Amino acid sequence: MILVRPIYVICVREFIKFFREKSRLLGTLARPVLWLFVVGNGMNSLIKPHVGFSYLQFIFPGMIGMTILFSSIFSSISIVWDREFGFMKEMLVAPISRMSIVLGKAISGTFISVAQAIIILVLTPFLGIHLTVMQFVEVVAVAVLVSFCITSLGILIAARLTSFDGFNIIMNFLVMPMLFLSGAMYPVTSMPPALRHLTQLNPLTYGVDAFKHVLLRNATPPLGPEFSLSRDLFIVAAISIVMLTLAALSFRKKE
Amino acid sequence: MSVIKVQNLSKQFKSLKAVDGISFSVNEGEVFGFLGPNGAGKTTTINILCTLLSQTGGSAEIAGYDCAKNPDEVRTAIGLIFQDTTLDTGLTAYENLKFHAYLYNLDRKLTERRIDEMLGVVELLGRKHDLIKNFSGGMKRRLEIARGLLHYPRVLFLDEPTLGLDPQTRNTIWDFIDTLRKKEKITVFMTTHYMEEAENCDRIAIMDHGRIIAEGTPARLKGTVHGDIIHLVTADNQLAREVIRKTFDIIAHEENGGLSLETERGDELIPKLIHALPVPTLSVSLKKPTLNDVFLRLTGRTIRDEGLQNNKEITREFVRSHRRAQR
Repeated sequence: MILVRPIYVICVREFIKFFREKSRLLGTLARPVLWLFVVGNGMNSLIKPHVGFSYLQFIFPGMIGMTILFSSIFSSISIVWDREFGFMKEMLVAPISRMSIVLGKAISGTFISVAQAIIILVLTPFLGIHLTVMQFVEVVAVAVLVSFCITSLGILIAARLTSFDGFNIIMNFLVMPMLFLSGAMYPVTSMPPALRHLTQLNPLTYGVDAFKHVLLRNATPPLGPEFSLSRDLFIVAAISIVMLTLAALSFRKKE
Repeated sequence: MSVIKVQNLSKQFKSLKAVDGISFSVNEGEVFGFLGPNGAGKTTTINILCTLLSQTGGSAEIAGYDCAKNPDEVRTAIGLIFQDTTLDTGLTAYENLKFHAYLYNLDRKLTERRIDEMLGVVELLGRKHDLIKNFSGGMKRRLEIARGLLHYPRVLFLDEPTLGLDPQTRNTIWDFIDTLRKKEKITVFMTTHYMEEAENCDRIAIMDHGRIIAEGTPARLKGTVHGDIIHLVTADNQLAREVIRKTFDIIAHEENGGLSLETERGDELIPKLIHALPVPTLSVSLKKPTLNDVFLRLTGRTIRDEGLQNNKEITREFVRSHRRAQR
């Protein structure tokens, strides 16, 4: 039985906490801004514009993907905090289904990630990238799906993580490789074959690819999207459902 | 009518049998205490009763619902206060309570009134919109009690409710529990290893190594220890023990570097004892039996003893202090 009220209140709690912790908001926003303005501009002068695209324009879809990746993983890691500080017990002994806990966390994480992606989108005019209203709406729509997928993945990991010590391992062995193997910073096609196979296992690859469909509309590989948009969206949605179900199952497990 | 029914309950963790076939029942409106040293299986039992753990044998029932088969019904019927705080320190007192009300699907109109009512009882109404971060340990505990009772549970579980609190706060918490009990007519199930706390219970089960070794009212359990307890330290405990056995026909137990004996009229025996002993007496004390003595009698250990190592150290401490005293 999945009730709306517990999902709603779990979401509200996350929003309250997110807005109270200004440092977290600042931290997750600082990273892509740094990349776009500092690294992007630096590389821009080094790499000649390719078929009408600057490097800055190329990494822009990837930077939205990166914002979502960090924000979503960070949101879902809050489960580990909740467990460490005991609050998880308050939810686990309540007469609510485990699925509503997982859904509450997934939905709140998605909202927070999408909000941050929108903030990045608002900065686009400063980078010389001009989006149409339609593109803006499309990016937000794709961001919702990608955020939900990554948050679900994070929840599944957090559900299995027993202490906060594992957090650094997750950052170094999962989040960073996911970023570097997603085509966010350089085209997937330019990688050695072994790494290319890994990119195909990475859900973020399809997310970034979908963003490229919307933002680099006329580009072709290696800079443009590699897969079809419908394929991207289907894979991201499928991974979300699998992750979410597994996460709910691992919550249900009692000793 | 019994609101908690436990039959032959056991829990096996890999090689450890944490709970070993315990049975008991708790009546409606009772304060029932689980007493025992750390690691006796008290928390494991509570975790099974509140559906956080599944048992490996036997059955547990709360308010007529099986803990394993109907977890949601059981969860609605119980309120919990855990050993460690489970409040969100980043939220205010009001937000923590409101969160709880939503999880338990409490009526919207009722919620606001109930939150104020419970905050009033635990005397935190003035701190309603303060962050938990700025609360003291005792205030957090009080708020948790208010939260545990918010959804009108039939049974309130308290796992070591006053652990780590100073004695004064501990007394305040007990006053609150007493007030609430009268006001809300609920059953209280608690675990503790503080003897003084267990005395507040209507009925106690003493647990050790996963088993219940005694059960009854505090008065009845204390009645199993005969009369007063004399503890004395002499220059030669072994010799003194022999003499006491021969002269007074009382078996003395060695305990904490001295001798401990039970007798009917302790105050009258002390002068006779000192007179009869051929060795100098270093110290004598007389006390009325406590639950600690009941536990000691049943297990041969005091409840705080963690093992032999600890015992030796206490003995050493005793010897040292006596040497110092003799100088």
